[in-house]
Amino acid sequence: MKVCITSQGDKLDSAIDPRFGRCQYFIIADTESEDFEAVPNPNMDSMGGAGIQSGQFISEKEIKAVLTGNVGPNAYQTLNAAGVLVITGVSGRVRDAIQKYKNGEFKSTDGPSVGSKFGTA
Amino acid sequence: MIISVASGKGGTGKTTVAVSLALSISNAKILDCDVEEPNAHIFIKPEIRIKKPVFIPVPEVDKSKCNFCGRCSQVCVYKAIAVLKKDILIFKELCHGCGACSYLCPQGAIKEVDREIGVVEIGRKGNNSISSFDSAQDSHTASLQFVHGKLNIGEAMAPPLIRVVKESIDKNMVNIIDAPPGTSSPVIESVKGSDFCILVTEPTPFGLNDLILAVEVLRKLNLPFGVVINRSGLGDNKTDKYCKKENISILMRIPFRKEIALAYSRGISMVEALPEYRKDFQKLFERIKDRKFS
Repeated sequence: MKVCITSQGDKLDSAIDPRFGRCQYFIIADTESEDFEAVPNPNMDSMGGAGIQSGQFISEKEIKAVLTGNVGPNAYQTLNAAGVLVITGVSGRVRDAIQKYKNGEFKSTDGPSVGSKFGTA
Repeated sequence: MIISVASGKGGTGKTTVAVSLALSISNAKILDCDVEEPNAHIFIKPEIRIKKPVFIPVPEVDKSKCNFCGRCSQVCVYKAIAVLKKDILIFKELCHGCGACSYLCPQGAIKEVDREIGVVEIGRKGNNSISSFDSAQDSHTASLQFVHGKLNIGEAMAPPLIRVVKESIDKNMVNIIDAPPGTSSPVIESVKGSDFCILVTEPTPFGLNDLILAVEVLRKLNLPFGVVINRSGLGDNKTDKYCKKENISILMRIPFRKEIALAYSRGISMVEALPEYRKDFQKLFERIKDRKFS
């Protein structure tokens, strides 16, 4: 099963990026094999609609859950429509977040955690 | 003739200048294009005769025809459409109404529907003025024409509404456009097509910083412009130095006076509270009209 963690770097030891739509990298990790892929976020400097586009991107990747700091309303709506679980309030290293997810320590959220434009620099 | 009033920094006195100018000359029409926060009406107290809602076209998807190919999402510059495997989401508040999605949909699954973004109100200055100013004036000030746009709360799409406000421009009148603050697209939409732009600034570091940005925008747009310094006497002389260095004309100085601020706080225009300034605004208009700036 694949999960996506928003990350500030391209390694499992990188820090989690607290933003979803404008995170620096999406780390897509397989929870069984521990393989992962780090994809630079094409929507990082988007003029607008970053959360929507990132949500659509995730929906194309057969991902079960997104682990991040915060999601805005449009990103949440997109992920929710795509059937992707959203877990917010995650911080620390990517590797540890994956482990905690495997241990069942997280609960998915049932709404956005921040308002529009939260992650705009 | 079209004269726009812009500033860069907010709160420098755009509306003070635009309203006072409009009330000091004949055959004028004021168009408040600061549709996110219009305030010229507070000073003009217009009698509104026409109210019309303004719409932009937004996509509506017939999901029975959509095969989720994603073409609409790819062509949407504003990222207003998410196409998922078995669903499609339209984020109407991000849509600029360009129509690319419906035009290019291979399935013909998208049609455009109207979405109201605000209202345009058209009228003229009423005779309910507080001071005895009107009676002392030529009859022309009472016939000042008034137009403004009001963007609905929560709406981010100012330019389409500004375009509708500007449809009321009358080539046979002196049209005075009160522009929004800043230097982004609503400002550009407001000032473009003007014969002249007045940049209102104040002699403070913030005023100068934003004046420089506004000057860069107007030079890009190739618009002739000059500067009015409001609250003159406050701050420093760096604005003067900048204008001299850049060869920008200072058209007028409005002093930093308590009486002006007091009238503003009561919703009374500067020239109605202090009619002695009326001739200065007339002079400002003559200088712009004749382009004699030195």
